[in-house]
Amino acid sequence: MEHANDITLTVNGTQVSRRVQARQHLVDFLREELGLTGSHLGCEHGVCGACTVRVNGEIVRGCLMLAVQADGCRVDTVEGLTDSKELSEIQRAFHQRNALQCGFCTPGMLMAAQDLIRHGRSASRERIREHISGNYCRCTGYQAIVDAIEEVLNGKA
Amino acid sequence: MKAPSFAYAKPRSLAEAFELLERPGAKVLAGGQSLIPTLNMRLSSPELLVDITGLSSFRGITLELGVVRIGALSTHADIEKSEIIAKHVPMLAQAVTQVAHPAIRNRGTLGGSLALADPAAEYPACVVALDATIVVAGKDGERLVKAEGFFKGLFEVDLGPAELVAAVEFPALGKDERSVFLELARRQGDYAIIGLAAHRSATTRFVFLGAGATPVLAKNASSAADLKTAVSVLHQDLDPPADLYNSSATKLHLAKVLLERAWNTLTTSH
Repeated sequence: MEHANDITLTVNGTQVSRRVQARQHLVDFLREELGLTGSHLGCEHGVCGACTVRVNGEIVRGCLMLAVQADGCRVDTVEGLTDSKELSEIQRAFHQRNALQCGFCTPGMLMAAQDLIRHGRSASRERIREHISGNYCRCTGYQAIVDAIEEVLNGKA
Repeated sequence: MKAPSFAYAKPRSLAEAFELLERPGAKVLAGGQSLIPTLNMRLSSPELLVDITGLSSFRGITLELGVVRIGALSTHADIEKSEIIAKHVPMLAQAVTQVAHPAIRNRGTLGGSLALADPAAEYPACVVALDATIVVAGKDGERLVKAEGFFKGLFEVDLGPAELVAAVEFPALGKDERSVFLELARRQGDYAIIGLAAHRSATTRFVFLGAGATPVLAKNASSAADLKTAVSVLHQDLDPPADLYNSSATKLHLAKVLLERAWNTLTTSH
């Protein structure tokens, strides 16, 4: 049987068609085939959250989805949501609150944070921590990250 | 790491799926949230992945004649959002919030979790506690398996190589029934150290997860007349395996803590 398949998907609003290896996961496809290196690969087994992207409007682990499974899907990455300005507010809050040090987790963290922001009106710090519980920051900057998300979510200064 | 090479097929019909699953080295891919990590870590090397997510008959959450039927391809997020489940299978609505993290809940499925039967997973304990029925689909049609008999051993269930979990049927919670799901983990969404699915109708069922190779129905504790007796006999029901951080004795202690909490919830009136 074929180990490669033809797929067509919409990435950040642009339709793309490629032939992909079945074994290639979505983030390798985005990074290597499309040059979208904003989505990072940390653990590659679904623990760290650095690879978080949006598929059909919902966040997923990009390393736990095969590119071939994204056939016919709409995929949005940190690049797309930056260009559309959807992330502007949370990016500004991250910047102001110093919510990143090395920045490796930041794209995934932004995607997870924005998922909470767009679905909920307000949330406690505990709820924010729960929502980003699947995203690791190894610089241990959670306090500032929660501050930044809380600021955007609850309009707190 | 990167997954080894394999072929991929996405059948559009059940017949096509069963035909593909009979091929050597074929493996079912649903949400992939447990399978793909094992591929990336090269702990598993199938010849062919059969992506069943195109099988629309395995979707949907319905309530009919006091039975809530949940399609196997329902994701954790579907379960989390379902008003039918919140109202009629509230234990599952409580349990799903303990399943991993939002990005994983958007892809992982009910059927996948049951078919894998991780001993620390939430749903296996819930289906046993609620006396649910697993609908198993095969080439020759469907067969029904009571949840208690479905889990055979560590990662081993009553499912043939070319069979699929199609749906799960739960009795809707009766007016005088109570249920509760409790879990202890070091961090939200982490693997459970120990967990408890408890249901009380005419009889009571305490089913523990993370306490053995399969969900453990604590028979002695379940038939105890009072809390004190239930706690004192729990060691006859459970011999939880130690994990990296918690000894067997610690887990048994924590199981008693959960038992007490659950008992108080089940016996407190609405």
